[in-house]
Amino acid sequence: MITFAFYLFAITVCLSGIMVVMARHPVHSVLWLILAFISAAGLFILLSAEFVAMLLIIVYVGAVAVLFLFVVMMLDVDFGSLKSQLVRYVPVGGLIALILLAVLAIAFGDWQSADDALAMRAVPVEPGVQNTPGIGMVLYDQYILPFQVSGLILLVAMIGAITLTMRHRRDIKRQDVLAQMHRDPAKAMQLRDVKPGQGL
Amino acid sequence: MENLLQDYLPVLVFAGMAAALALILLLSAIVIAVRNPDPEKVSAYECGFNAFDDSRMKFDVRFYLVAILFIIFDLEVAFLFPWAVSLSNISDTAFWSMMVFLGVLTIGFAYEWKKGALEWA
Repeated sequence: MITFAFYLFAITVCLSGIMVVMARHPVHSVLWLILAFISAAGLFILLSAEFVAMLLIIVYVGAVAVLFLFVVMMLDVDFGSLKSQLVRYVPVGGLIALILLAVLAIAFGDWQSADDALAMRAVPVEPGVQNTPGIGMVLYDQYILPFQVSGLILLVAMIGAITLTMRHRRDIKRQDVLAQMHRDPAKAMQLRDVKPGQGL
Repeated sequence: MENLLQDYLPVLVFAGMAAALALILLLSAIVIAVRNPDPEKVSAYECGFNAFDDSRMKFDVRFYLVAILFIIFDLEVAFLFPWAVSLSNISDTAFWSMMVFLGVLTIGFAYEWKKGALEWA
């Protein structure tokens, strides 16, 4: 049953990856990409890495794919001409695919790992603990430095995004809540007695 | 390993229900709805006009700013999940390291609030 689920998810990932490249409409490409993410999340669950699977769905499907959709739907790119150049990229892509296939064949066919290598694989989480609590037990004190550095990286990304894209428009009227609340109806309007033929 | 799949049976049932509901809605639209296609129905109205241009165009980078800030806080929340799940077992160091993490991101939040990045226009 596990094997069946593995092949189901793996074949779905591969097929939807092919469809990302082959789909005629770019929005459909992004939808196929979402299917690939979800099947990859299924593969992570089969590895009993539930936390990574949920992150894949929350972060990649929930945020990144939505950003992709955003870009694809609104950006001024002529996708038709991009597609017509597909043949140009086939040799390079084929070469990369061939190299990856060779690496996989070597790794699964004729790779002898050292005797103690398997035991030395870092498994800081004790066996028998679920994935998410296991990460929670080690991430925040044993791996405190990478954790804090990731917080700083997020801060840098935030400040960078703001400084790169923020510009204030001065030609529009803004709300000033305090000034608007302290506005006095008595002072809001002036009555002038205008003499005929003179104006203000 | 077999009870792993049993644990996820509710998810499978849920996905099956969602797919069945989607199929029912699609099929009922095909079966029940009256279809009478006519080229005039998709043409511009009497008082309308044909589209001048493609809907793809240059648009404000501010949309991306909102999306990027959303992704950053999404990742912050992702770090909170394992911490919250194992909160009753973790050490004081772990607790306060999360507080420092939240403090750092609060600095970023205060910065973007002060810069007006959350304000539209």
